[in-house]
Amino acid sequence: MDNIPAIETHELRKVFGERAAVKGLTLQVEQGEAFGFLGPNGAGKTTSMKMLLGLIAPTSGSASMLGSPIGDRAALKHIGFLPEHFRFQEWLTANEFLELHGHLYGMDSNELKARISELLERVGLTDFRDKLLRTFSKGMLQRIGLAQALLNHPKLVFLDEPTSGLDPVGRRLVRDIIHELRDEGTSVFLNSHLLSEIEVTCDRVAFIRHGEVARVLELASLDTNQSDVLIRAGGLTEEVTSGLAKWGKNIQANGETVNLTISAESALPEITRYLVAKGVEVYAITPQRVSLEDIFIETVGKDGSL
Amino acid sequence: MNSIWTITRMTFREAIRRRIVLTGLILGLCFIIIYAIGFHFIYISFRGVESTMQNAPSQQALAHIADTEGINALLLAGLYAVTFLSIAMAALLAADTLAGEINSGTIQTIVTKPIRRSDVVIGKWLGFAFLLLLYFLLMAGGTVLSVFFQSGYAPRNLLAGMALIYFEDLLVMSISMACSSFLSALATGGVVFGLYGLAFIGGWIEQFGAMIQNSTAVKVGIVASLVMPSESLWRRAAFEMQTPLAGALNMSPFGTISVPSPLMVGYTAAYLLVTMMLAIRVFEKRDL
Repeated sequence: MDNIPAIETHELRKVFGERAAVKGLTLQVEQGEAFGFLGPNGAGKTTSMKMLLGLIAPTSGSASMLGSPIGDRAALKHIGFLPEHFRFQEWLTANEFLELHGHLYGMDSNELKARISELLERVGLTDFRDKLLRTFSKGMLQRIGLAQALLNHPKLVFLDEPTSGLDPVGRRLVRDIIHELRDEGTSVFLNSHLLSEIEVTCDRVAFIRHGEVARVLELASLDTNQSDVLIRAGGLTEEVTSGLAKWGKNIQANGETVNLTISAESALPEITRYLVAKGVEVYAITPQRVSLEDIFIETVGKDGSL
Repeated sequence: MNSIWTITRMTFREAIRRRIVLTGLILGLCFIIIYAIGFHFIYISFRGVESTMQNAPSQQALAHIADTEGINALLLAGLYAVTFLSIAMAALLAADTLAGEINSGTIQTIVTKPIRRSDVVIGKWLGFAFLLLLYFLLMAGGTVLSVFFQSGYAPRNLLAGMALIYFEDLLVMSISMACSSFLSALATGGVVFGLYGLAFIGGWIEQFGAMIQNSTAVKVGIVASLVMPSESLWRRAAFEMQTPLAGALNMSPFGTISVPSPLMVGYTAAYLLVTMMLAIRVFEKRDL
């Protein structure tokens, strides 16, 4: 079971009339991985997710989830889903809403009762347990929707733009929950057009453009790869500046600041010692990490606006 | 099976929370009260006529017959109104159910659970069938009882007649639900009432055709009934409940001259079944 990918797609394609919304999606998401699906609005993210969930039939191609063909009920038992622009049965109370969805998962009543209390607590809605959803704010609905997606202790969770409409506290909550899920070994498939959200929560990211995967990237590699360093110091001489070539390249000096590209983080303490030894007054040494945004722009081009 | 029951309960709860049950109950009671009062005054005037004719036993018997015919016609008129109202309720309840949930997206978290899409359709159908049964029992039961308590009259074959009218409600609800699986709620309403109108006018063409013995007109009516069998169910129900005399004399405006055969009832059952199978098939195949 452990070797089976959480999601595997092969040339998944969806055509609406004349327009191909998804042009041939081939990707693999491992179990326990948080996978970001990043792209501008209209890139085919939601359509892709809906195909994986069996809501939309692919025009061609194949896919499997947790080893079962898409839409298979055996797999859906272990899947959680928070749709975009969530609209739920607003005439139910929070508790009734979670009960309804728990029953649809086939959970037994005692197990469900305990799970509902646990999740309401987790998303901070315990006090609103018996309030009708129609009285909920957008952020509260998003939270209850998230609780709904976690009822069955899923092995794979689909989140479609989960932080849209959330305040900073809500965003933080979603981020924390994604981290918790990953720690528990749950796979997360996150649709987002927000770079920062993907950057802090995901292990890997696929850049989607015009219904195609433009690039798949390991986010962890961003931290250790070469990065730029900005040094601000007083008393920098040309000699001191050129001496930095020992640790980095692309050295650009401009008055009190020097910019250079280092190949490893371990160079930073050495550079600091070197500068201090040369009698330079160091105000700041700031690593300028190559951001996801740089890579995104580089990958999809400037017109693939976010 | 469990998931069907879950959906049925959800449907029922939705009807209560969205005040469909409450408004139906209040307006239904208003209908019954007005009907009962109207019947009361008309019935009194019947009795008045009867009492002036009490001299000879033959006249008395005649008066009694006239009395019964009048009460039966009034009852059928009331049940005809109930039929129309319960059909409207059936069409409206189901028109928005799939279309509305697809449109708002609430369906997405439901059908991505480990259930069949057909469970959703069947569960909702059962929920509506139960709601309609309650509404119909209130309306038709109230009408029949307000006649019975005031005059002691109950029509013959009452149960068969009631079952046929309820069957008509189920038919309309099923068509509405089937349309709702691929059309908007408004378009569904348009189609269902359009079909109902077709059946209605077809029914009357058949009736008049039978009265003037024009077989072509009767055939036109039958074709309309095959396209939409709702009106033929009402006419079969009216046939079951009308007095034998009214049937023999072709005299009641709400009675039946050209009687749909039991075969027509069987055809309608098959029609309903096929409609629901199509609804499930369309809903299973469509993108949500």
